[in-house]
Amino acid sequence: MAYDFGLGIRAYIANRVTDKLTRVSDHIYCCRSGSAADTQAVSDIVAYHLDFQQSETQEAPLVKTAANLFRQMCYRYRDQLSAGILCAGWDKKEGGQVYSIPLGGMLIRQPFSIGGSGSSYIYGYVDSVFKPGMSRQECEKFVENSLALAMMRDGSSGGVIRTAVITEKGVERKVILGDKLPKFFEG
Amino acid sequence: MATSNQTFGDFSLWQNGPQPGNIYNFPGQSTSSGNDTRQRTVQPMTTGTSVLGVKFDGGVMLAADMLGSYGSTARFRGISRVMKVNASTVLTASGDYADFQYLKSIMEQKVIEENCLDDGFKYTPQSIFSWMTRVLYQRRSHQDPLWNTYIVGGLNDSKPFLGYIDKLGTAYEANAIASGFGQYIALPILRELVEQKPLLTQQEAREAIVKCMRILFYRDARSFNKFEIVTVTKDGVVIEPPQSAETNWNVAHFVKGFN
Amino acid sequence: MYYKPRDHDFAVSLVQVYDLSASQFSPDGRVFQVEYAIKAVENSSTAIAIRGKDGVVFAVENLILSKLYEKGTNKRIHNLDSHIGMAMAGLLSDGRSLVDVARTEASNYRMDYGSSIPLKTMADRMSMYMHAYTLYSAVRPYGCSIVIGSYEDGNPQMYMVDPSGVAMGYYGIAIGKARQAAKTEIEKLKMTEMTCRELVKEAAKMLVEILTLAFLFVIHVVHDEVKDKAFELELSWVGEMTGGKHERVPDDLRAEAEKYAKEALAESDESEDEDM
Repeated sequence: MAYDFGLGIRAYIANRVTDKLTRVSDHIYCCRSGSAADTQAVSDIVAYHLDFQQSETQEAPLVKTAANLFRQMCYRYRDQLSAGILCAGWDKKEGGQVYSIPLGGMLIRQPFSIGGSGSSYIYGYVDSVFKPGMSRQECEKFVENSLALAMMRDGSSGGVIRTAVITEKGVERKVILGDKLPKFFEG
Repeated sequence: MATSNQTFGDFSLWQNGPQPGNIYNFPGQSTSSGNDTRQRTVQPMTTGTSVLGVKFDGGVMLAADMLGSYGSTARFRGISRVMKVNASTVLTASGDYADFQYLKSIMEQKVIEENCLDDGFKYTPQSIFSWMTRVLYQRRSHQDPLWNTYIVGGLNDSKPFLGYIDKLGTAYEANAIASGFGQYIALPILRELVEQKPLLTQQEAREAIVKCMRILFYRDARSFNKFEIVTVTKDGVVIEPPQSAETNWNVAHFVKGFN
Repeated sequence: MYYKPRDHDFAVSLVQVYDLSASQFSPDGRVFQVEYAIKAVENSSTAIAIRGKDGVVFAVENLILSKLYEKGTNKRIHNLDSHIGMAMAGLLSDGRSLVDVARTEASNYRMDYGSSIPLKTMADRMSMYMHAYTLYSAVRPYGCSIVIGSYEDGNPQMYMVDPSGVAMGYYGIAIGKARQAAKTEIEKLKMTEMTCRELVKEAAKMLVEILTLAFLFVIHVVHDEVKDKAFELELSWVGEMTGGKHERVPDDLRAEAEKYAKEALAESDESEDEDM
């Protein structure tokens, strides 16, 4: 997944026909990796807290708040959970943001973040292609290419690409089917 | 109402007491044989490598690189392992980064609450250090250690302070301290320096620190040539922007083949 | 068998019965215990707070009723968090226990959400807490009002919570004995247009905050009935100039402000004498 610093647009990814892109509030989504049971339970709880806070304050929750709730749970139960989470979204205070909560339960904000089993195959690709301040189209292309490359090299990834672009206006979801993926060298 | 214990034929040493050859369990206590123990000792996930610190005339200087390693993957390359506690105290951490963030948030709240009291008292490096030794020792005693080595530095009544605490609660003060790999590679260099000249100037301290960071970058596979230097003097805490040490690879030209 | 009350019994019992508990209304819909708590605030020495363009300023007077009193030991301005200040009027001990509650709220919020508590949320939580003490017969309401202020993301904010548990936002507020006179003075200010920067220029060379000056002026003027007695001023602010932190006003500015206030007071005294 990636996001654009300047315009506050980011695109979010997950693969296969399962939907690993999970809504936690109107403008905040998360990508789950690790145990499906764990990450679903955690994101359900985070969604509940955000919903509660929203009805208490009558304001949309901050992405930072969501990320911190994820961190709080992932850290407290780090020995019993297997959950790597990317949390991203848009809020009116800081615009588009991406946070990473990897296995140990730390929290870090990044310009873009990758995670999950296929990610180790594309560190080189994302480092060489990413540049700060990309347009929305560039972001989407970056995300789709990164995923297609990861899926090709990772035996445990594959299928379809799901993206979500979150802006002030809300979320736009897209699915790229397995036969419409970007093509690269396959020798 | 005779119970079986009172009958002569079913004699036991004393009622509800230990049977000879058996392990006694106090009444009401769990009698399970240890399968309720929990494995709580964590394994570190995202980790930071060595941190260094040295005293100089009028202050202390500490350094930590900005890499968060994920196993051998250099996963996060811009994370700060330096924390300003207050105007006279800093903290650097190696080891598990999530644990560091946890301790950091507790420390931040502690300092806020201290400031709220508005009574003119402030935590000193010594008081922060003592408190941390208790926290870390208590956590290891619950078999749930914070998987870090911390170096606390600062000015204690205008005297430089430098202290080390590890995940077991082991703690000591010294004029030069390093953690992790730095204990083998950087510490001998720093020690030699402060033994020759106990009062380094700030400039000498900086040169020594940068030298050590460079050597660590050469020889520690979990290090990264982007690091932060933090200095505490009577003027307060200065965390410098990330910097790199100049490196020299010229020896490569003199190596050909493998013998 | 019922005891049938006679007329004079009613006269006595009516006033007594309805004010013994916070859990009971009077026939005309009042909760006397809460009103008495508000009375406790009204008897207190005055606290005022004004919200300017770039911050909030608190000022409180502490009457020195005895020469044995040590300066600065009975504070009425507190920090609730690094970014929230609070001034109170009423029973000081009640106020301090609210300070504890508020600090715990601020701490919990930061632990849960990873950012500092917004003032609106703090005001809501405090008003809910104080309101709960107006509902039960086993407790008494808080005998104090609190004003809380902060400066978040460039916006100065201020709320006042009274013993009934009502929280409202204000541009300027005064609580305590001289509140009416103080409010009249505050209303003369164009506080929403006033910034520290402008005030610095106006107040020749020094970082003089006119809100502070205005405060002192107000306090001295309305202090009329007790002006012969000694009192000590507490001044604090939170805003752009403090980087969003709530702090005591620096000594030099404070001294300058006090001097300004005393001069203004002296002038007004003179003109009064002339009128005589």
